[in-house]
Amino acid sequence: MSRIGVFVCHCGINIAGTIDVATVVEQVKKHPDVVFVVDYKYMCSDPGQELIKKTIAEYQLDGVVVAACSPAMHETTFRRAVASAGVNSFRCESANIREQVSWVHQEQKKEATDKATAIVRSIVEKVSGNEALAPITAPVTQRVLIIGGGIAGIRCALDIAKAGFPVVLIERNSQLGGKMAQLSGTYLNFSAAPDLLQKLIQQVNTHPNIQVLTNAEVENVDGYVGNFVVKVTAKNEDQANVKEQEEPGKELVPIDFSFDVGAIVVATGWDRYSQALLPEYGGGEIPDVIDGLAFEQMLAAGGKICRPSDGKVPNEIVFVQCAGSRDPERGVPFCSKVCCMYVAKQAMLYKERVPTGQPYVFYIDIRSAGKGYDEYVQRVMTDYQVLYLRGKVGKIFRDGDKVVVWGVDTLSGRALEIAADLVVLATPMAPSSGSVELGQRLHASTDGNGFFTEAHVKLRPVETLTAGIFLAGTAQGPKDIPETVSQASGAAAKVLQLFSNEKMTISPLVATVTAELCSACGTCVEICPYGARSIHPLWNIATVNASLCQSCGACVVACPNKASQVHNWRPDQILAMLDEVI
Amino acid sequence: MAINVSESEIQLSKLMEYSYYPGCSLHSTAREFDDSIQSIFKTLDIKLYELDDWNCCSAASATTLNHALSLALPGRNLAIAQKSGRDMLIPCTGCYNRHKSTEFELKRNSLNSTMIEAAVGFKYQGNFEVRSLLDVVGNEIGMDRIHQHVQKPLTGLKVVGYYGCLLLRPTKITQFENPEKPILLMELLQTLGAEVMPWSYAMECCGGDQTLVRPEIAVRLVNRLVEHAREAGAQAMVTVCPLCQMSLEMRQTAPGTKMPLFYFTELIGLAFGLKEAPAWWKKHLISPENLMNSLGL
Amino acid sequence: MLDINFIDQVNTLSDQAIQLCYHCHKCTAGCPVTDQMEYGPDRILRMVQFGEKEKLLKCRDIWICVACETCGARCPNEIDAARVLGALREIAYSENVAVAEPGAVKFHKLFLLLVKNMGRMHEVSLLALHKLWTMNLFSDLPAGARLFMMGKVPLKPHLIRRQGEVKRIYDAFDPKKKQVSHGN
Repeated sequence: MSRIGVFVCHCGINIAGTIDVATVVEQVKKHPDVVFVVDYKYMCSDPGQELIKKTIAEYQLDGVVVAACSPAMHETTFRRAVASAGVNSFRCESANIREQVSWVHQEQKKEATDKATAIVRSIVEKVSGNEALAPITAPVTQRVLIIGGGIAGIRCALDIAKAGFPVVLIERNSQLGGKMAQLSGTYLNFSAAPDLLQKLIQQVNTHPNIQVLTNAEVENVDGYVGNFVVKVTAKNEDQANVKEQEEPGKELVPIDFSFDVGAIVVATGWDRYSQALLPEYGGGEIPDVIDGLAFEQMLAAGGKICRPSDGKVPNEIVFVQCAGSRDPERGVPFCSKVCCMYVAKQAMLYKERVPTGQPYVFYIDIRSAGKGYDEYVQRVMTDYQVLYLRGKVGKIFRDGDKVVVWGVDTLSGRALEIAADLVVLATPMAPSSGSVELGQRLHASTDGNGFFTEAHVKLRPVETLTAGIFLAGTAQGPKDIPETVSQASGAAAKVLQLFSNEKMTISPLVATVTAELCSACGTCVEICPYGARSIHPLWNIATVNASLCQSCGACVVACPNKASQVHNWRPDQILAMLDEVI
Repeated sequence: MAINVSESEIQLSKLMEYSYYPGCSLHSTAREFDDSIQSIFKTLDIKLYELDDWNCCSAASATTLNHALSLALPGRNLAIAQKSGRDMLIPCTGCYNRHKSTEFELKRNSLNSTMIEAAVGFKYQGNFEVRSLLDVVGNEIGMDRIHQHVQKPLTGLKVVGYYGCLLLRPTKITQFENPEKPILLMELLQTLGAEVMPWSYAMECCGGDQTLVRPEIAVRLVNRLVEHAREAGAQAMVTVCPLCQMSLEMRQTAPGTKMPLFYFTELIGLAFGLKEAPAWWKKHLISPENLMNSLGL
Repeated sequence: MLDINFIDQVNTLSDQAIQLCYHCHKCTAGCPVTDQMEYGPDRILRMVQFGEKEKLLKCRDIWICVACETCGARCPNEIDAARVLGALREIAYSENVAVAEPGAVKFHKLFLLLVKNMGRMHEVSLLALHKLWTMNLFSDLPAGARLFMMGKVPLKPHLIRRQGEVKRIYDAFDPKKKQVSHGN
């Protein structure tokens, strides 16, 4: 038998305005496990909490039910009060008679009161059956693995390393710097991109806390937040050994590594969209139709602007924005965000290097939403004689040694034909190749477009729904360098938050296995969506990884022997609660 | 000998005199405008010194064919006005607009200002301002002083105030009122005791620029304005610009009674009780005499 | 290739950043004579950007503009379309293009000629010469007669004393003597 105290809150008139609190008190008093019932105006207030503590002492309560607002509001408050009076916090529950009763049944006062009574009594049953549990702790390996050595990975690595924690930075290619290293320079305040990166890469290479592996990829990921085990295959051990391994013509030997890390940051960047997906623009077969990145490479330090076909300098150059993006029908549905800005930059750079040339830009909108962005584009329009034409390009084809562009200018209401020397397609960013597979290995989901999914699009942009896996940069979606850097630092902050203690606390309300009943059939292992269950190799029973268990209850339903249960949500409790309610 | 002169008296003595630039039309087709101005300023004891040997600013024609010339011609007048240092008062809004444009260039010391000074042969000192008539009457003289002089309030006279274009736009040159909602003229007419009818066309073009070249354009715009003035309940329109006044008088083709057009200074003179006032609108193409007689004005 | 020379010439002469126009059409919406134009102010600006010299210099629009400056007052990008039309007029005039409104050119040419020689306007001369030149003898004659009877159309012209100064200013800006492209 329990000794449960029930506290029925008025919540001002929020509850008491609809529910007859006195009647509820009356009815609850009749429950055999209840030794004390009282009603009070505001239970969450300081005096309210004092009342709980006092009553626990006076009546030697071993369980508490607060009939009030949703547990999402104040469960923590009441559990803290109860714990400070010496009762296990898991023997305290909220009975929601506000959001689920008084707020939704305001016209039916009698029925609301009856419903409230039923709910409170059912929660009394639950508390009566609740075990006194202790929170579980798990160790945290205070080391991070960052997948991707572009600007996102670099920034994140430096932030975490400078905070004093070890970083393993792995990069698929042989050099750090990612796509940013291939750019000619940045828009707004033009600085050569490689120069901007140089300093950062140097810091990464020389920082004692950072271990860099190039030509490296993730093979396998095991474990859970705070305790991942990652297998990485690299083709050289670290930068210092590159010279040893790289003899002309000699194949690099792959080496396997295993890292214990507490957190993983996905900074895998983006890849090019294939022009083959744009058959109306030549399908990638016209040499003088290139994409934005290829033009960047031409513009990059030392690069000469020339037609790939015959090496001549192009006099008329056409930039085609939205080449494949914003096209749910035949391309990708999303806006690739950076193209309006980099096309303005490229048109400007072209005009600086080919002063007699004529740049044209076909656009649908100009998306220049950052600080100083619109003014930058306006400057390109006024000072560089770039002709901006509003309309989507219909077709691009070869005619002799020219490339003909058929487009439209909606501002004058006319169809246009331009015989260009060079065409630059602003194609969308595609997710980095292998993203979907990597996501599966990490148990981090990717969206319909192949980019990694954030935990909450507004409020949690650098986390995933998998605890311990974070995101930074274009791996999460198209964005430019300032946003990437912001995200990278944001992800670093989340990692550092995780590393702020050597141990982490996990809720004990997880699944549990009654060993005597378990026949190691393995059904629960298959069914668990979080990979939280496994069959113990020695003892041959199912075991639960408390860090990963989300208490969904699938295993409880699946287990043929009723060996699997969730703490404090056992079937006997639930049946008892149902008895009260029905 | 120390004389105690109060601050406001010093202010008043400053605005007692202006360099006066009538412009070609005030000596011909807008003669009554000039007459009314001379009369009311005399009553207010403010001296007008006509600019010596001033030239035509060629407002419409120069802006049509030769923008640089349209800036330089007023420059000669500014050079003459500069000698006395008095502020320049310009009643015709077209002339005001051109002289103000030239002043704007000279003040900002652009390539244009160099060109103007070279063509005219002077160096701009910036020791005086170009002022419009409505600005001086409404802001310098002010409603209070006007009100003091009102002997015969224009009771019963329903009017709309019509600005036209060139006093209000371009705003950075005219630096006067808000072109979408000008109110000074309306306030002035109310001070004179007239009933000012609200309407939305005070700043819409009358087509004056085209009235001699492509009259049908002016006819359309004038008829539209008069129609809306009538709709607003006005018995007469009050203008600030001689070209508007002429165009509005000449181009009303809609059947029925024609809408008379006053210069605002004529009404000021009438309200001041000046006996020469009725002689002014004997010079109108559309006579307001019947209207004024019926109101006892 | 675009006619960059022409585009530059219009930009410089009008002193407006025409490329900033994003064709919201507010100018066209406020223009009192839009419905009598071939294109309207914002289309004109677009054609300038395309360098369509011939169409622009020969269109009616640039001559029927009433110079009310409503377009310039309302443009969100501070572009004064009236100045652009003015620049086109000047180029058409200086290059002796067969313009759409020769009557307008004649009128203004006469006006300027009279002021150049007298220093001030003389309406009688202007109207008489204009009517003769355009063979449009009878329009506004009744109104003109009434104005004359009221003494508002002086017969005697007024010549200013320092006529030479005005003539000199005119000569400095004669488009036949100078290329129409002034630093702004």
